[in-house]
Amino acid sequence: MLWDPRGKERSEAAAPAAALADAGQTFPTKALRKFLASLTLRDSPVLMDLGPVVGPNVTFFGERLGCKIILEDLFGDLERYPKNAETPFSQYLKTRLKHEEASVDGILCWNFFDFLDLASAQALAASLTKLLRPDGAVLAFFTTVGVPDSRFSKYSIVDEDSVKQRPYSSSGKKQTAFQNRDIIRMFEGLKVAESFLLKTNVREFLFRKPAQSA
Amino acid sequence: MWKRDEAVRQPAQPAVPTNDVAAAAPAAAAQAVRPADTMKSQNARDVVNIGKSVVIKGELNGSEDLTIEGHVEGRIELRDHVLTIGPNGKIKAELFAKSVVVLGEVIGNVSASEKVDIRENGSVEGDITSPRVAIAEGAHFRGSVDMANKGGKAAAGPRPAESKPQPVTGPQPVAQQQPQQAQKVG
Repeated sequence: MLWDPRGKERSEAAAPAAALADAGQTFPTKALRKFLASLTLRDSPVLMDLGPVVGPNVTFFGERLGCKIILEDLFGDLERYPKNAETPFSQYLKTRLKHEEASVDGILCWNFFDFLDLASAQALAASLTKLLRPDGAVLAFFTTVGVPDSRFSKYSIVDEDSVKQRPYSSSGKKQTAFQNRDIIRMFEGLKVAESFLLKTNVREFLFRKPAQSA
Repeated sequence: MWKRDEAVRQPAQPAVPTNDVAAAAPAAAAQAVRPADTMKSQNARDVVNIGKSVVIKGELNGSEDLTIEGHVEGRIELRDHVLTIGPNGKIKAELFAKSVVVLGEVIGNVSASEKVDIRENGSVEGDITSPRVAIAEGAHFRGSVDMANKGGKAAAGPRPAESKPQPVTGPQPVAQQQPQQAQKVG
C-alpha cells in the first residue's frame, strides 16, 4: 500500500480553504424586499432571472409568490461566447431575449452587468426596458471595485433580507465598476426607485418602469 | 431445509382444487395472503424500462410507470404515472405525466400534474408546468417554470412582503437616496 501520512494532512489543510471559497457568503440585501413587494402586488407575476438556475430560488418564487419564472442564463452565454466572434457580444444581446415587449413584471439581473463592457450593458439594459411591463421592477447589483479576474456567482435567496452568493465558474472575467451616472443612463426609460450601498461594496439598484409609459 | 423451501414456494403455485375441507382452510388462508403478494410483485413489474439502445420516434402513451434510458422523439403521455428519464435517456419530446424525474437530457416542454424533479446532472431545455418543481444543484435548466395552480395562485405560505408590508414608494432619483442609504447600510 502506498500511503503518505502527510498527504492526508495536506488535503485536510487545503480542504477548509477550498470549502470557504466555494461555500459562499450570505450578505444582507435592502432592495430585494422592495422588489418582492412589487411582485406580490400583481396577479400571476412573470419573473425573469438572468442568472443560472438555482433550485431554491425557483421554489421561492414559484411556490411562495406564484410567479411564472423565465430562466435566461446570460452568464452561461457570456462564458461560452467565443472571444474572437465576428458579432460583438453587445450585438448578440440586442436580440438574445426573444420575448414579447412589456411581458415581464420583474427582472433579476444579479451582478451580470459587472461583467459587461459599456456597449453590451447599454444594449442589455435597453432590451430589458422593453420587456418590462409598466410598474415592473428590475433588481441589479453593481460592484464599486473593478477587478480583472472575478468568478461568476450564483445567488440564492435566503429570505427577503439576505442573499447567499457562491462562486461557481472555473475561470474569471473582468469585472467593471460602472459609475452611477452610467448605470442610470443605461436604464433610460426606467426610474431609480431605490439604491443602496452595502458594506460589501455592492450597489443595489431597483429600477421601476413608470406606469404612464405604457 | 428442503421441505421449508417448498412450503414457501407453494403459494406461488396455482391452487389445486380439492374437496378435503380440512385441507381447504389453510389453502383459503394462503389465498387471502396471495393477492397482496401478487399486487406487490405486480407493482414491481409495472415499471417499464426502455433500454439504452432503443430509439422511438412518435407518440408514447401508457398507464404504468416508465423509465427511459434510450432515445425518444415526439410525445410521451403517462397522465397518471411516473415518467423517469434515466441518466442515459435523451428525449426530444413533449412530456405529460403525473410526475417526471429527469436524470438525463430533455429538450421539450414538460407538464406534470404533481411534480417535476430535475436531479443532479439532469438537463431540461423547455418550459415546465407543474405545481411542484425541484431542481437539484448541478442540474441544467433553460426555459420557464409555471407552478401556478389552476384554482389560483400557488402560494403555500405567508408571502414575504405580506409579513412586513413595505410598499414601494414612487420613483426617486439616486441623489435623494444617498443620505438615506448611509443610514440604511447595515
